[in-house]
Amino acid sequence: MLGSNMGLVYALLGAAVAVFLAGAGSAIGVGIAGQAAAGVVTEDPSKFAKVLIMQLLPGTQGIYGLLVGFITLSKIGLLGGSPAEMTAFQGLLVLAACLPIGIVGLISAKSQGQASAAAIGIVAKKPDQFGKAMLFPAMVETYAILSLLISILAVNAIQI
Amino acid sequence: MAEQFTYAVARIRALEVSLFNNATIDGIITSPSYESAIQYLQEKGWGDASTTKADEILKKEEEKIWEVVKDLHVDMKYFQVLSLPKDFHNLKAAIKESTNTEKGLDIYYEDANLKKDFLLEILAAKDYFKLPENMQHPAEDAYEALLHTGDGQLCDLIIDRACLDAIYEAGQKSDASIIKEYAESTVAVADIKIAVRSAKTNKTLEFMNRAMAKCDSLNVDQLAKAALQGSDSLKDYLMGTAYKEGAEALGTSPSEFERWCDNKIIETISPQKYRAFTIGPVIAYVIARQNEIKTVRIILTGKANNLSEDSIRERVREMYV
Repeated sequence: MLGSNMGLVYALLGAAVAVFLAGAGSAIGVGIAGQAAAGVVTEDPSKFAKVLIMQLLPGTQGIYGLLVGFITLSKIGLLGGSPAEMTAFQGLLVLAACLPIGIVGLISAKSQGQASAAAIGIVAKKPDQFGKAMLFPAMVETYAILSLLISILAVNAIQI
Repeated sequence: MAEQFTYAVARIRALEVSLFNNATIDGIITSPSYESAIQYLQEKGWGDASTTKADEILKKEEEKIWEVVKDLHVDMKYFQVLSLPKDFHNLKAAIKESTNTEKGLDIYYEDANLKKDFLLEILAAKDYFKLPENMQHPAEDAYEALLHTGDGQLCDLIIDRACLDAIYEAGQKSDASIIKEYAESTVAVADIKIAVRSAKTNKTLEFMNRAMAKCDSLNVDQLAKAALQGSDSLKDYLMGTAYKEGAEALGTSPSEFERWCDNKIIETISPQKYRAFTIGPVIAYVIARQNEIKTVRIILTGKANNLSEDSIRERVREMYV
């Protein structure tokens, strides 16, 4: 019984990895940037809107993880209530497809949080340089998007 | 992983906006009178409603620094290197008071860790072991020396040397690079100051060896020997070290040299403007604020004594921002 459903277990594990790792990364990143944002707002509440945008930047990886999780659940039929029949090999393929956004999401969100915290320092001293300051953490986003793309393409490409 | 100070650094970044830059300092210098300079400071938010005199305003600003630091909830161990000079100063004052050399003078720092009454009590009972470890022997030596010889300079020399040793040790023990660098710069600059004054007043090699503290960027023996041979020899020695600008300043004027000594410390902390997570920017902010207050004090003293703007300007220190 268990052996015949292992494919589904692996696939579900893939969806969980995408959501869990990318979400955890975002939580860490938003937390780091949040500490910096709170520091600035303590002294200068007028900068709230600007630093809030900075704080939210590392939150996107969690959304990407959620997106891949949804696509995966939809692919394996769990969302519709009729789980697909799949071999353990197919399940492992889905798990592998979910790894890019999971791992890159975790690392990039934390790094983006640190870059955001540093950029919040720029906004604190030179609010007119907000646009430039936002570019530094935004650059980290590139790699999260690349991994999201590969995860979506890979999950969709697997024949179930 | 080293401790992160993200909140504290971001808050300091916001506070750095209100630090005086060179243009603001120039604004105080060009104020038409002493009174208008004080008014300018008040307009910039210095002091509070209860402060009107310069001393009160400057004292209030010093208090504000430590109010901010306390509000950041950062471990005060990081600031020990900055509070050491005040603690040793109070010890010196207490020794002089308890040996009847100087009485009734208001020469204590109230914001030091070691307060007047605590120190006087220890000295009266000779309970030196109640003092921090690095103060116990110097306190006893200085007390006995002053009691038996009445030589205030010898007492100062013992305590000042112990203070420099304590700063160097605090730097060596610290895992924060800024504390290491600050301690090294402070001790080296103090050694150079001792050498300069010793060269001018023809002090002996023994005196200099006793007064100068060990540091990594200077060879204290060579520095003392160079000072023994005179100011020119001292300048030649400094030209071959990391402190050659000090030698050049020494050649210009005494006030230029004093200015270089303070600027060297600001130069040491300047890279902290670009750190985002370490304790460095917080310590740098405290040093920068103290430098700012010192600079304003110099300007106000100049204004009170009707010095020309150029004379004041050549004594003014570099600002952190």
